[in-house]
Amino acid sequence: MIGGLFVYNHKGEVLISRVYRDDIGRNAVDAFRVNVIHARQQVRSPVNMIARTSFFHVKRSNIWLCAVSKKNLNAALVFQFLYKMLEVMGSYFGKINEENIKNNFVLIYELLDELLDYGYPQNTDTGVLKTFITQQGVKSQTKEETTKITNQVTGQIAWRREGIKYRRNELFLDVVESVNLLMSPQGQVLSAHVSGRVLMKSYLSGMPECKFGINDKVIVESRRAADSSSAAGATKSGHIAIDDCQFHQCVKLSKFDTEHAISFIPPDGEFELMRYRNTKDISLPFRVIPLVREIGRTKMEVKVVVKSNFKPSLLAQKVEVRIPTPLNTSGVQVICMKGKARYKASDNAIVWKIKRMGGMKEWQLSAEIDLLNATDKAKKWTRPPISMNFEVPFAASGFKVRYLKVFESKLNYSDHDVIKWVRYIGKSGLYETRC
Amino acid sequence: VKDSMRGLAVFISDIRNCKSKEAEEKRINKELANIRSKFKGDKALDGYQKKKYVCKLLFIFLLGNDIDFGHMEAVNLLNSNKYTEKQIGYLFISVLISENNELMRLVQQNLKNDLASRNPVHVNLALECIANIGSKEMAEMFAPEIPKLLVMGDAGDTVKQSAALCLLKLFRTAPEMVPIGDWTSRVIHLLNDQHMGVVTAAVSLIEALVKRNPDDFKGCVSLSISRLARIVTSSYTDLQDYTYYFVPAPWLSVKLLRLLQNYPPPEDTTVRNRLAECLETILNKAVEPPKSKKVQHSNAKNAVLFEAISLIIHMDSDPSLLVRACSQLGQFLSNRETNLRYLALESMCLLATSEFSHDAVKRHQETVVTALKSERDVSVRQRAVDLLYAMCDRSNAEEIVGEMLTYLETADYSIRGELVLKIAILAEKYASDYTWYVDTILNLIRLAGDFVSEEVWYRVIQIVINREDVQAYAAKTVFEALEAPACHENMVKVGGYILGEFGNLIAGDARSSPSTQFQLLHGKFHLCSPPTRALLLSAYIKLVNLFPEIREDIIAVLESDANLRNSNVEIQQRASEYLSLARNSTQDVLATVLEEMPPFPERESSILAQLRKKKPAVEDAIRARGEKQQQRPASGAADGAAASAAPTAATPTSGGGGGVKLQGDIAGAESNTDSDLLGLDFGGSAPAAAAGGGGAGGGSVDLLSSILDVGVSSSSSSSAAPSAASGASAQRKTVVVGAGASGSIVGEENWHKFVCKNSGVLYENDILQVGVKCDYQQSSGRIVVYYGNKTPAPLAQFASVINLPDSSLTNQLGIQVKPVGDRVGASEQVNEVITVDCMAEFSACPLLNIRFVYSGVAQSITLKLPLTINKFMQSSEMDSATFFQHWKQLSQPEQECQKIFQAKFPMDAETTKTKILGFGFSLLSNIDSNPANFVGAGIVQTKSGNIGSLFRLEPNQQAQMYRLTVHSIKPGVSKRLCELLETQL
Repeated sequence: MIGGLFVYNHKGEVLISRVYRDDIGRNAVDAFRVNVIHARQQVRSPVNMIARTSFFHVKRSNIWLCAVSKKNLNAALVFQFLYKMLEVMGSYFGKINEENIKNNFVLIYELLDELLDYGYPQNTDTGVLKTFITQQGVKSQTKEETTKITNQVTGQIAWRREGIKYRRNELFLDVVESVNLLMSPQGQVLSAHVSGRVLMKSYLSGMPECKFGINDKVIVESRRAADSSSAAGATKSGHIAIDDCQFHQCVKLSKFDTEHAISFIPPDGEFELMRYRNTKDISLPFRVIPLVREIGRTKMEVKVVVKSNFKPSLLAQKVEVRIPTPLNTSGVQVICMKGKARYKASDNAIVWKIKRMGGMKEWQLSAEIDLLNATDKAKKWTRPPISMNFEVPFAASGFKVRYLKVFESKLNYSDHDVIKWVRYIGKSGLYETRC
Repeated sequence: VKDSMRGLAVFISDIRNCKSKEAEEKRINKELANIRSKFKGDKALDGYQKKKYVCKLLFIFLLGNDIDFGHMEAVNLLNSNKYTEKQIGYLFISVLISENNELMRLVQQNLKNDLASRNPVHVNLALECIANIGSKEMAEMFAPEIPKLLVMGDAGDTVKQSAALCLLKLFRTAPEMVPIGDWTSRVIHLLNDQHMGVVTAAVSLIEALVKRNPDDFKGCVSLSISRLARIVTSSYTDLQDYTYYFVPAPWLSVKLLRLLQNYPPPEDTTVRNRLAECLETILNKAVEPPKSKKVQHSNAKNAVLFEAISLIIHMDSDPSLLVRACSQLGQFLSNRETNLRYLALESMCLLATSEFSHDAVKRHQETVVTALKSERDVSVRQRAVDLLYAMCDRSNAEEIVGEMLTYLETADYSIRGELVLKIAILAEKYASDYTWYVDTILNLIRLAGDFVSEEVWYRVIQIVINREDVQAYAAKTVFEALEAPACHENMVKVGGYILGEFGNLIAGDARSSPSTQFQLLHGKFHLCSPPTRALLLSAYIKLVNLFPEIREDIIAVLESDANLRNSNVEIQQRASEYLSLARNSTQDVLATVLEEMPPFPERESSILAQLRKKKPAVEDAIRARGEKQQQRPASGAADGAAASAAPTAATPTSGGGGGVKLQGDIAGAESNTDSDLLGLDFGGSAPAAAAGGGGAGGGSVDLLSSILDVGVSSSSSSSAAPSAASGASAQRKTVVVGAGASGSIVGEENWHKFVCKNSGVLYENDILQVGVKCDYQQSSGRIVVYYGNKTPAPLAQFASVINLPDSSLTNQLGIQVKPVGDRVGASEQVNEVITVDCMAEFSACPLLNIRFVYSGVAQSITLKLPLTINKFMQSSEMDSATFFQHWKQLSQPEQECQKIFQAKFPMDAETTKTKILGFGFSLLSNIDSNPANFVGAGIVQTKSGNIGSLFRLEPNQQAQMYRLTVHSIKPGVSKRLCELLETQL
């Protein structure tokens, strides 16, 4: 029961304001601006109670998106909705920034009418929305078409309309993982986890039913138990333990519960099939070895070694190491063998960029930092961790797609006719090493 | 061109153009790194560059970022001779360098150099910096120096101006550091300075200094009046820069007027007339049509006007001015500006307290009432209520209380509590007809029951009980009020109490028969909180006594498990006790135990105390007037208060033990609130009273005050004092010694109080309380001195000695002492009886020296015994002819003594009368031609003969002076009497 939804720019000016319920007054708009956006101290909590009204906000670049409610409602639901809404807007007009919002504000109001009804989330699926909210000129729909849309939207498979036809049946599967790490200076892993997503782009005709197989321990083992006769001798290795996962609404959860099979009729186009998280047996693509030496009060020496820890045949891209410098730095000299390194004063850090890096390599950077005598000696530099960014072509968690089968009984194409593409991308999340 | 600091401008515009906080942060980080590398670099920076970077740092700091370098560079800038560089350096330092920074030393050295500089601009910068930092350390260092600058002959105007403001700032942080010297007298003359800026700064400084020691600056009064005169008479074109929207020097005028409020009206008539002229001119200007429509013009004009009015109120001496001020304020009451209405009401509140303008204020009653109804701003309504309260007197009380009651229904919740108290007080204070009073209070409970505090309904019950004529009416009204379907719990409390006491008075009416009364009360029983239920139970048992015919019904109620086995101990105990009382006692016993309550002792309304606690300032002013008008000798009334509370509580105890409680409800709670509200710490006394006739109780020293009359406040403590407890073992050590007083005399101010009265507390510290009660018969007297030990430990080796400081006293006074024991137990009280015979007239005063050992430390206290010649004086009546005959007979120079002196207390005829009567003189009316004067006669009786004395007292209200003339047969006597009486007026 979201009472209202506001979008602000970074100055706190209201770009979009949509009120769904009477209990939210005009002053709620100002209350959020005054107490959160313009607050003296930065507000870090995403949920704020102001005068018995709850404000839930997310920030995307310079845009504040804020849902308001007087009721005691499920906060997770609100945030789920807000992120969905960002996704929907993104798929309609690309990057979410002030200009795009201003340019598309009629569209946004139209979307808001569909997304929420009297404050209850309705339909947030981009594919479905695009069937009846379009940015093209209004084309008059025949009666049949309207009934078709109505039937589809209210029907059992709301996310896919009937009668889709492609000459080439094709589907793309991306496994995108972000690796998060916190490591001690001695190389001990303090915390590490991978959060992954399986993105799918389907161009299939008719109403195909898909089956998706992954190397999750539970699924594999149950499968094995089902036909124990055939696969008795299979090895145990190659299975990962997924901590938790969630699926797109098209996945039949009842089947997953009983048979541990992922079966679904995919929406047309792009969608996120599943999301998972993994904390065990992560293969860390990189290792950072820092060495910081303070020489007197006006000088400091930093040495950083980066080791890549994957098959030599693979290539990591967009590798970037960020080495924070003290706040009283007055000059930096950097030497590195590979890549480019530069002192960025605006970020208080040395940024070392390496375009490409093969597996099992070891590169080094050393820097000399001059310091200015601070008047206030009580404050010591806190030594923030060294952080890293990269992109590698494998899944750090060991996640593997075992099969993806397509069945379409009515039309005359079979699983073999479908062209399938699978790709693994490992990205860095918060990948930090203390120094 | 080079001074323009382009880099800074670019940086600032970059920051302004930043789209997000992150971008701003990045830009700042970049700039900081740049400055760091510049400061670190080997190349020496020139002054301009340093200034530029320090400026940038300052800007970054003001944006909210921490700066932890660059301080050294800023201090370096101070050495520069260029104004802009020095200025930026000082600016950075006063904003950024904390008090205990080690660089402060360097800064102070620089400040010293600059203060000594010949360039006035540098001196100014240094002064500004000192004031901006304004720390204690700065005060220590520079406070002795700055006055020199201030009075230095050749110092420029700007230097003087800055020096005055700087000194003011230092004085505010550390007053003790600012020296007092001959410069103070010269500072006053700055008021005559040519430069208005200097004068304005100096007035601010003088006003602060005056608060410390007003006598040193007395000279400023006439100077500031003449300065003020020059400003008010000047036209707005004269003062050029100091004219603000056609008002000449408004700030200076306001400050001068405020300064004058620190002093009484000037004594010199020419000066006073001049001031009166000024004030009149200001009032005249207020009526003139405005010279500009701008709000600043009217604001400035009104600021001066309001300050002038508060000065008029402060002086409180010129009736015509007060009345004019009042009418001027009256116009503001209907002004469109909310602030003006507020200020007008506030000032009127004060005007209402002045006797001259009280009537003038009353004329605006209607406007105020409409303001109350139509005003939108709650704070203004609040002031309107205050003003109504202040202007209320006997003539308009009924009307005002009525208005307040109607307003109460719609009033804001925030002011209801106070409003209720005010209504209650006014209703009580000016009630001529007590049925009206009862109606009003019951109305009050009905309208705003939640806001009616305990005190209010205690008070209505006290009054009903003490006034027989309203009892029946009260019972009837209460009964009717209870018949309403929903009534407030406080109403039930009042109803229960009153019907319990006086239900019989309305029982004759068929509509309010005994059983109806009981049913009505009991109908509310289950809705009430436990304390109210307990009270209702007491009311029921009282009804048993009043109406035996409903006894069975009541017993049934008492017997019910809901009461007899209630989880609340109080209810349970009452139910069981009352039950056995109702069952087992005969009608006679019931009648004795449950007799009607005896009248409550008169005492100051506890409501008033509560209101005072809520709003001390305004209330005190109003109360001061109230006392002036009412002329109620407070001390006398309370005499028996405490004493009577104890016996009444004790009487019925013998019966069932339950009957006490009803009294306890009120009396106990009363004493509780009383002592709390008046802010006196009489720990332990309230529970003692609540325990009823428990007797011994805690027996603290406060018991002492119950016997003595210490004034209204202490009357709350009550209990039968076991005062005679320590009479037995007597090792008497009290001796009368000839001469040679020892130790310094304490408690001098209390002693003065005894000149006109005979009992009270003579001295009190943490350990000991000394009370005195004396009575005199002709030439002999008996002084009972009570020593109360306030500590939990005994006082050992207790001894008292009477010293006669003047050897002649041995012949003049015959003193005999019945001494006390050598030990005063913990929280115990002993008394010592001193009998005195007056042999001949005397002027010195015997001293009482008390010695004892408390927790191993020997203590000695020397007190003046309140024994003065006038104690032996008896008033005598005579007619006008005899008076003048005696007056003439005794008019030889040595027999006459005349004094002219300033009044020490407010000049109020009634209090003066009480004092004179207490002193011992009679008051003879119709003798003096001027009715304001007092004349009287008295005879001092000694063993060696009687000494007749006459007196005449002429008050001068205008000057607040008295002329006192005493004629007496013996020259010494007239002088002594004159001295004594002078201390009292």
